[in-house]
Order: sequence, then C-alpha cells, then structure tokens
Amino acid sequence: MFDDFFVRALVAGIGIAFATGPLGCFVVWRRLSYFGDTLAHSALLGVTIAYTLEFNIAVSIFITSSIIALILVKLEKKTNLPGDALLGLLAHSSLAVGLVAIGFLTFIRFDIMGLLFGDILAVTTDDLLTIWIGGALILLVLKLIWKPLFASTVNYELAEAEGLNPDRAKAIFTILMAAIIAISIKMVGLLLITGMLIIPTAMARNLSDNPQKMVIFSIIGGLLSVFIGLFSSLEFNTPSGPSIVAAALVLFIFSLFKIKQTIQLKN
Amino acid sequence: MSIENNILVKLNEVGFQQNKKWLVKGVSLQVERGKIVTLIGPNGSGKSTTAKIALGIYKNIEGQVEKFTNNIGYVPQKISIDWTLPLRVKDFMLLTDNLKDDVLDEALTLTGVKHLKDKNLGNLSGGEFQRVLLARAISKKPELLVLDEPVQGVDFTGEIALYELIKKISEKLNCGILLISHDLHTVMTATDHVVCLNGHVCCSGSPKDVARNNEYKALFGEQASQTLSVYEHKHDHEHSNDGEIKKN
Repeated sequence: MFDDFFVRALVAGIGIAFATGPLGCFVVWRRLSYFGDTLAHSALLGVTIAYTLEFNIAVSIFITSSIIALILVKLEKKTNLPGDALLGLLAHSSLAVGLVAIGFLTFIRFDIMGLLFGDILAVTTDDLLTIWIGGALILLVLKLIWKPLFASTVNYELAEAEGLNPDRAKAIFTILMAAIIAISIKMVGLLLITGMLIIPTAMARNLSDNPQKMVIFSIIGGLLSVFIGLFSSLEFNTPSGPSIVAAALVLFIFSLFKIKQTIQLKN
Repeated sequence: MSIENNILVKLNEVGFQQNKKWLVKGVSLQVERGKIVTLIGPNGSGKSTTAKIALGIYKNIEGQVEKFTNNIGYVPQKISIDWTLPLRVKDFMLLTDNLKDDVLDEALTLTGVKHLKDKNLGNLSGGEFQRVLLARAISKKPELLVLDEPVQGVDFTGEIALYELIKKISEKLNCGILLISHDLHTVMTATDHVVCLNGHVCCSGSPKDVARNNEYKALFGEQASQTLSVYEHKHDHEHSNDGEIKKN
C-alpha cells in the first residue's frame, strides 16, 4: 500500500495535519507566527548539518531549531532589541548561514526547491514513521500541558498565581514547535510550514466561538488542505507545499463568506 | 489545632524592586483561615505588588513568603483577554480547574451572572466581566482568595452586594481573603485586619485602630478617618438588579 508515492504523501499529510491543527491554534493565540517562521528558517541549517555529519534529518532539524529557540530566549534577556527584530535577526541569519553552508557542500546534490517548498516524491516509508510517531508524541505532550499552556495563554498571572507552572508549559511548547517543523519539512517545505500552522487555524477562528471548536475546525481545515493540495499537486505537477497552503487559503476565503452570512442573519 | 495551622500565607519582610526602584519594601503580613485582610493605600503604594508577591508571581524578591495552601483563587486588578481567542464565560470558568457544571452554575448565580454563561467573554461589560472574574475565583472553593480591586466597574448597589458576598464566602468556605481596595466605605464593614501601605507598611490593625492612626490620617486625610470609623452599620435589606427589595 505504501509503495505508491502518492499514498505515502497522503498518509504523511494526514499525520501532519492532526498535529498542526492544535499547535497552530496556540501559534495564533500566543502570536507566535513569526516565531514559527524563525524556527522553520533555521531548519535549513539543521538539514545541512544532517548531510555533513550523515545524521537523521528530522533529529538534526529538531535539535537545531531548539537551540535557535534557546538562543532567542537568551538574547531577549541580554539585549534591548525588540522581539520581532531578534526573530528577524535569527531567521535570516540562520537561513543565510544554511545557504552558505550548502554552497560549501559541493559533494552532495541538493534539491533546494524541495527543501524550501516541500516535495511529495521525497516522502519515504521511514518518513511516515517519523511523522506518525512524532505527531502522536506531539499531540500527547500537548494534551498533558494543555491546561497550564491554555490558562497562561489567556492570562499568565492567573495561571502562575493558581499554581499551574506556565513557564514550564511554555518551554515544552517551544520544543513541540521545533518538533512539528522537524517532521513536516519534507512535505511542506521550510518556507511554508508556518502557513500550514496558521492558515487552517485562521479559517477555524472564523467559524468558532470556543477554543475546542477552533481546534477541531483547525484539524479539519488542515486535513482538507492536505487532500485538496496533494491531489492538485499530482494533477498539475506543482510542488506539494505551495499547493497545500494555497488550498488552505481557498478554505480561509470560504470561511469569510460564512462570517458574512452569520452577520446578515443576526441583522 | 494551633494558631500556626490556620495561617494560609505569611509574608516576612518582603520587598520587590523593578528597574532598580523598590516597589515595596519590608512588608510583613499574614492571612489566616476565615479572616479578611485588606490592603489599602494610595496609587502606586505597592498593593498589587504585595499581592503578587504573596501569590508567587514575582520571584526575585527580598524576604520570605511561606504558603500553606495551593488551592488559591485570584482576581487580578488588570486582565486583558486577547480576542484572537474565542472564549465563552463557561470556558473561562474552567481555566485553571476542572469543575462540574453545577459548581459553575452555583458560583455564577452567587455573583449574579448565570445568564451570561454561554456568552462570549468579549461581549461583556466591565461590571459583568468583573462578576465573572469573581465567580471564577470562588468556584473552585479556594482556601485562599486574593482579590485585587474585585468590584471595579460594578455599579454602586452591586458593589455593596458583592462585598457582602465576599464576606459570606469567607464565612461559608472558611477561607482566608487578601483584599485590595481603594474604597474605604464598603471595605471596612467586612474587614478583620487592615494593612495600610505606602511602599512600606505605614500602619496596620483593626479598621478602628487604623482609622485613629495618625499616619493613616496623614495619608488619607481627616475625612477618610471619619468615614472609616463611622461606617459600621448593618444593612437590613438588599436590592435585586431591577431595584426590587429582597428580604434577607
């Protein structure tokens, strides 16, 4: 069954959508989309390190992105620069260093486009394992830290005062972000992972009046985007990442019409 | 049970500085089970800071905080909910604890906002939101309640009713309450112990003692001292929201 590259891509995409749905909600609620971008950009550096040291790519990306997140936390405390400037600094410098490093690795043929935008042909059976086990772990850990993370997203001081340890939840969430980027880079590509995280969630926001609903709609939106995106990628021979994200955008636009309808109904 | 066992939180000579400026310094106080301790003081006197030290929100502090309970309900002075997050009143009520539906209803009924349960938090008025905040804090039946200006934005009759509710809660749950208020009138009817802050503890004691204290008079003026000591009568009735008299 997994012999067919398209079936592999589809199964991989489903696994990713289940994890990006709930994580994406927190990215939107906590205003972390640029943070997600920064981690994703640093993934390129992780890929080059993996190739140089002949190391597992997902693990290498996970470690690199986690280190970048750690550096960010240190820089926030040590410098007087605003958060977005620091994020930009890390995002672009890690991307640049990654690209320069690739230039030096002349002995390996790189599919840069595949890395940046995703490639459904590249998904192997091993990747499926990584995605599904990784995705299941992400969801499990997220479920365990849900209460403190959600409470501190609503109000940090309430969560801290009532004994929920929001700092630990935040640190664990950062690690989950690095993990989702590590497992989804082959499918979606590093330039578009944040799109996969926030666009289905943005659609879900338009349709939900409570957090649980938003998480569920976000997963459904992600799944639909994967289906529509991958089929059109196959049909029109377009790269998989942009196709999925474009499909998510179409869903988002439809969700805007739903808002208009409800507003009219209310009037 | 010894007196020691009734203490819920104890602050010993605590201080906190931010940007090299001391917000409070040398504050000692304790909250006991079944007692209401009120912090008063002018703006910027460190009332909220003291509460946050007691709650463990501020970590790099001078002095010691001893907490003897983890079951705490908190109503912060300022709270801003990001509207990117769709949140109904009932979702908010479950924020830090998993509570049964009838427990939520009970708390919301006590503060008079049960009809808002399915409403989105963003659509509430300031006073309604304040009542929801209070309901959330009491719903988990805490041992220690920390209320930072809990009735701000609530209309005048509602304010009195809520203060009476707070008093009732402290008796019913036998919990300790650390209350912050600038409203000298209403606070004093319920309070067991008053701590007057001005960056440090300027005086403390029963409401009567504090009202007679010269430092207090210097801080708030003679007028305040009079209202504080005069205001010691009981209400024999209360009003529902439409002005109807409710018999106690």
